[in-house]
Amino acid sequence: MAPKLPPTYPLEHSATTAAGSQAPTHHAPPRGLLRWLLTTNHKEIGSLYLIFSLIMFFIGGIFALVIRAELFQPGLQLVNPEFFNQMTTMHGLIMVFAAVMPAFTGLANWMIPLQIGAPDMALPRLNNFSFWLLPVAFTLLLSTLFMPGGGPNFGWTFYAPLSTTYAPPSTTFFILALHIAGISSILGAINIIATILNMRAPGMRMMDMPLFVWTWLITAFLLIAVMPVLAGVITMMLMDINFGTSFFSAAGGGDPVLFQHLFWFFGHPEVYIMILPAFGIVSVIIPTFARKPLFGYPSMVYATASIALLSFMVWAHHMFVVGLPLAAELFFMYSTMLIAVPTGVKIFNWITTLFRGSISFESPMLFSLAFVVLFTIGGFSGLMLAISPADFQYHDTYFVVAHFHYVLVPGAVFAIMAAVYYWLPKWTGHYPNERLAQWHFWLSVIGVNLTFFPMHFSGLAGMPRRIPDYALQFADFNMLSSLGAFLFGFSQLLFVLGVVLCVRGGKKAPAQAWEGAWDLEWTVPSPAPLHTFETPPVFKRPTP
Amino acid sequence: MNNQQQEIFEQSVGIRRTVGRSIAALVGMFAFAFALVPLYDAFCRLTGINGKVDTTAQAFVHESVDESRYVTVQFITRGSAGLPWKMDVETQQVRVHPGQPTEVDFTFSNQSDQSNWGRAVPSVSPSEASPHLRKMSCFCFAEQQLQAGEKLTIPLVFQLTHELPEEISTITLVYTLYPVKNRVSQLSSQQTQHAGGTI
Repeated sequence: MAPKLPPTYPLEHSATTAAGSQAPTHHAPPRGLLRWLLTTNHKEIGSLYLIFSLIMFFIGGIFALVIRAELFQPGLQLVNPEFFNQMTTMHGLIMVFAAVMPAFTGLANWMIPLQIGAPDMALPRLNNFSFWLLPVAFTLLLSTLFMPGGGPNFGWTFYAPLSTTYAPPSTTFFILALHIAGISSILGAINIIATILNMRAPGMRMMDMPLFVWTWLITAFLLIAVMPVLAGVITMMLMDINFGTSFFSAAGGGDPVLFQHLFWFFGHPEVYIMILPAFGIVSVIIPTFARKPLFGYPSMVYATASIALLSFMVWAHHMFVVGLPLAAELFFMYSTMLIAVPTGVKIFNWITTLFRGSISFESPMLFSLAFVVLFTIGGFSGLMLAISPADFQYHDTYFVVAHFHYVLVPGAVFAIMAAVYYWLPKWTGHYPNERLAQWHFWLSVIGVNLTFFPMHFSGLAGMPRRIPDYALQFADFNMLSSLGAFLFGFSQLLFVLGVVLCVRGGKKAPAQAWEGAWDLEWTVPSPAPLHTFETPPVFKRPTP
Repeated sequence: MNNQQQEIFEQSVGIRRTVGRSIAALVGMFAFAFALVPLYDAFCRLTGINGKVDTTAQAFVHESVDESRYVTVQFITRGSAGLPWKMDVETQQVRVHPGQPTEVDFTFSNQSDQSNWGRAVPSVSPSEASPHLRKMSCFCFAEQQLQAGEKLTIPLVFQLTHELPEEISTITLVYTLYPVKNRVSQLSSQQTQHAGGTI
């Protein structure tokens, strides 16, 4: 197959903006803090999202290190069990709602308009509002740690009645924070859907869109479908706590198991919300560095859509031990295993894209390849957990912790880092320091595996999750996990250093920063000017 | 230029339509989450999963007694925080034939020096048995009031249907006592404070 040349696009639009002559309708942007508070520009809002997410990643990471420091040795050394419970809860909540989700939204804000040739998001002011809700929500959430009775301590899944009858008084603030974060996600999702469906460059059909755009479109639909359910559940909690209803209290005719059904009806699609955009990122990066078009583009789209649909039919696999009837155990076991089929299609397509490609191993590619391998390990342990008779043994052990950290850390988080290294030349106009990035990559890979691989063994041996102390036989595995966690945590400082250095300078990047990259974003100059595609570009389908 | 304005206009109409539909879906899903509460309840009652049993009196369904097999029915009673009652059962388990009407006495005693309201909430295990356990008379159908130090014995009358699956040889019936909080006038100020303290 002949290597594909990137299609050429007219560049007049960027030439005009690069020269500084903006359309007369634009006011001069306010300076200083107000500029960021009032901005409606998708690139600036995207950057805000990414910076916010990075800060929250470190806050959630510090909580994780408190947990790992306490678990370094058996016995209680550093924190008391009550505070330990707040740390596990807050680590989960912050990482899910404040780090991973906003990072993907930030990437969507930056890249979707550029990838589809739109001048901005469809609803720029709403975009500003959705971002600024987040600092409010998470300041509120973090402030609960300083309230009397402490912050939420019932796990990120906040099962009732632990989160209603037996919860600390700050739970009402937790509910409010989650409501605000949920509204932010929903508004972001509406904006993304409206942008993708209405603002594609003339000539770009749905099936021409880069996979990052496709996966985000499907993710946005998932968000619209399940975030209102989360809002409903926490509203019911709020009423149970403050207004004397008994949705989840058996005393008044309610049912605590109902909470778990409702929560996981939201919760399972939620975990795909955190992984589908990662699939999209990897599907964009692997073809670039293999210098081959993505193998099986339509099957990738259909596989993503199938995963999204199936995610609504598997929720009770989180609840195999609540006493489901046999028929339900079987149904949820098989429907869960069915998800392995579209996921397998994706992994097959990535590997086939690599097959006989002209591969180079720059940092975005390294993170993407690590994603494929390590995410698959997480997928396999997920299959093991799907076997309902086996799950009775694995349930609520460190095996579950190992499973979801494998899909979320070297899964979602590695994909975000791959995306950052991939698009940094477009954002800043400079290549990131490759040596530093490679150090960051290798330390992260070693750290992640050292942290989470031993958890499989401690889990299979029976170590329960969410405990501050453990039996002596788990000591060695826990010591390894803690060492790995500190290695992984501190190597993220290299990531920050790399990003800061890249913003401040470095090797100049041309418009098409990577040899094999041919999506629309590579036709605008690097760094991308504040306003791009004010005249829609003409989309030319790459012809094989 | 006119062409471009036309395009922008069409685009904004499209965006408005998309946003409208998304908001409709949002409102629908929020309502759906609340609709799931009664749906879940109805589903559990219909299928008998979750060990929920009818809380209204039922008629006897069989005149005949299936003497070919015995089923053990076990009783467990549990108290609850916030209600100073004790609940006892005259016998921990009975062996009955399907179809045989059975009466078991339960005793409630209020161990506090105040009168208060409570309710016993039943649950059946295994849940497949719950549609086959029919109660003709049960204290669990209504809330009860006990005066300070009062002791009350109430019978439970039940019958197992012939259709009870063959493989079920033991049924456990659990009663958990809960305080009834909305009868505020009956509650002592101390209890109200306690309820307020746990939020």
